[in-house]
Amino acid sequence: MRDVSFGSYYPAKSFVHNMDARAKILISIAFIVAVFLVRSFHFLGFAACAFFVVLSAVTARIPFFKVIKSIRTILFFIVLSAVLQVLFNKNGTPLWEGGFITDIGLINAGFIVARITLVVTGASLLTFTTTPVELADGIESLLTPLKLIKLPVHEFALIMSIALRFIPTLIDETDRIIKAQKARGADFESGNIFKRLKALIPVLIPLLISSFRRADELADAMDARCYAGSKNRTKYKKMKLSYRDIIGFIVIAGLITGVVFLNKFYIVLAVGV
Amino acid sequence: MALLEVQNVSYSYEKNKPVLKNVSFRVEEGEHVAVIGHNGSGKSTLAKLLNALLIPASGTVTVDGFSSADKKSLFEIRKRVGLVFQNPDNQLVASIVEDDVAFGPENIGVKREEIKERIDFALSAVGMQDFLKASPMRLSGGQKQRIAIAGVLALKPKILVLDESTAMLDPAGRAEIAEVVKTLKKDGVTVISVTHYMDEAMTADRIFVLSKGEIIKTGSPKEVFSDRETLKAAELCVPLATSIADKLKENGVDVRGDVFTAEDLGAALCV
Ligand SMILES: Nc1ncnc2c1ncn2[C@@H]1O[C@H](COP(=O)(O)OP(=O)(O)O)[C@@H](O)[C@H]1O
Ligand SMILES: [Mg+2]
Repeated sequence: MRDVSFGSYYPAKSFVHNMDARAKILISIAFIVAVFLVRSFHFLGFAACAFFVVLSAVTARIPFFKVIKSIRTILFFIVLSAVLQVLFNKNGTPLWEGGFITDIGLINAGFIVARITLVVTGASLLTFTTTPVELADGIESLLTPLKLIKLPVHEFALIMSIALRFIPTLIDETDRIIKAQKARGADFESGNIFKRLKALIPVLIPLLISSFRRADELADAMDARCYAGSKNRTKYKKMKLSYRDIIGFIVIAGLITGVVFLNKFYIVLAVGV
Repeated sequence: MALLEVQNVSYSYEKNKPVLKNVSFRVEEGEHVAVIGHNGSGKSTLAKLLNALLIPASGTVTVDGFSSADKKSLFEIRKRVGLVFQNPDNQLVASIVEDDVAFGPENIGVKREEIKERIDFALSAVGMQDFLKASPMRLSGGQKQRIAIAGVLALKPKILVLDESTAMLDPAGRAEIAEVVKTLKKDGVTVISVTHYMDEAMTADRIFVLSKGEIIKTGSPKEVFSDRETLKAAELCVPLATSIADKLKENGVDVRGDVFTAEDLGAALCV
């Protein structure tokens, strides 16, 4: 199986694994808010957020390379946004006489890289330590109030957990199809971007067809196991907040306070200078 | 009354193209029946009719007294007839073994404490009790299929229908499933295995031969595999040991008696 770090559960026994999914979801959202609260030009706030990620990864017993790997999937996107910042930012002073790369451009690029990296690694920690079923149950529970306005919360949660469950399967399948097409002489590596995109069509179509077949079979298998929607359904996993979750909430509250404080502190510093 | 009764069942997906024609049979409690037939003969359609995934166009399917024509008995039938499909990847709904096995009991509203018991029971029945927290993606094909079987067993079915559940497995995986079937039979579960492997069919009490939507022969494995005419008509082959014995006979080796299994062959040659 090709290594798909983002979105796959990493089984381990840890403090974070044992936390309630709902708490972890809320903390992750709070973490993303914290990352976005960090002001431009202010990397100390990022350092605090990075410290939070490291702390969580250590407490969760997730090997560090796993966390780093989760960035790989969107590395292209990160590099692209950084390069665009560097190339097209017109503010600030040019680094050299008549040059188009400015100091602010570079700082902004670093800022974007830090922001995306932190958000992705933070989110990956949620999926590393929470099984898709827990995640779906957690979201279902958090969204329960929406059932009052007749939104299909249970169905939504189930669709999500099944989608997560099928990601590795479909990645495997994509790999197989690419190999099969290569064996027939398909060329994915040369030509310009349009040629390469076009080369993907013979991969996407079989993938689409097989996904429909899988969906069909899965539906039969679910029916065969008496699936009938959320009515009269029980839940095997019990959700219960524990002291762990309280500690988590305290830590994330500390982080947000810290970030806000550092933002203010920076202003004082800047005025002082 | 037999546990499972299929009476004059016909079914078609498209008009005027009947896939099953007037099929009738009964299966008694504790029996092991194998259904063999070439591709497209209607085996999967038959399997789906048995647990009310499909409802016969004409005729009736009755399980433990519940008719699949009656909408109200839908779940009573599905609880009693567990259906396992070919591709384990397309049957597992959850990313953790125990969550997947819990899916069926959750659906029928079993209480939490009992779900735990059922998970333990189902996983031990397939010998996967050590994989409670494992991720099915990291398991072998045979192990995945055992989890799929456990997911169905957690509903405590009386009848287990395996629709070519070994077709995508390697020989080791097939042996694992054969072992599971053996244990289940001992525990009194009625097993109906749809299969392409004649050696697998040999282990059943009775074999139904399906050809072009009709059951053209029913009988013990020995009866069925001795009837070369019928096998030919159904485009099926004989078990491996039988074909080896045939070749040996053709070449003048003295092979006495009927040979259907490796043991038969050994006995016939070593006397
Ligand atoms: N969902 C479907 N829609 C239309 N035709 C189908 C469908 N499923 C199966 N068939 C047709 O019904 C016949 C029997 O199929 P099936 O029961 O799957 O046979 P088997 O399992 O023995 O290979 C085949 O000719 C097949 O093309
Ligand atoms: Mg079939």
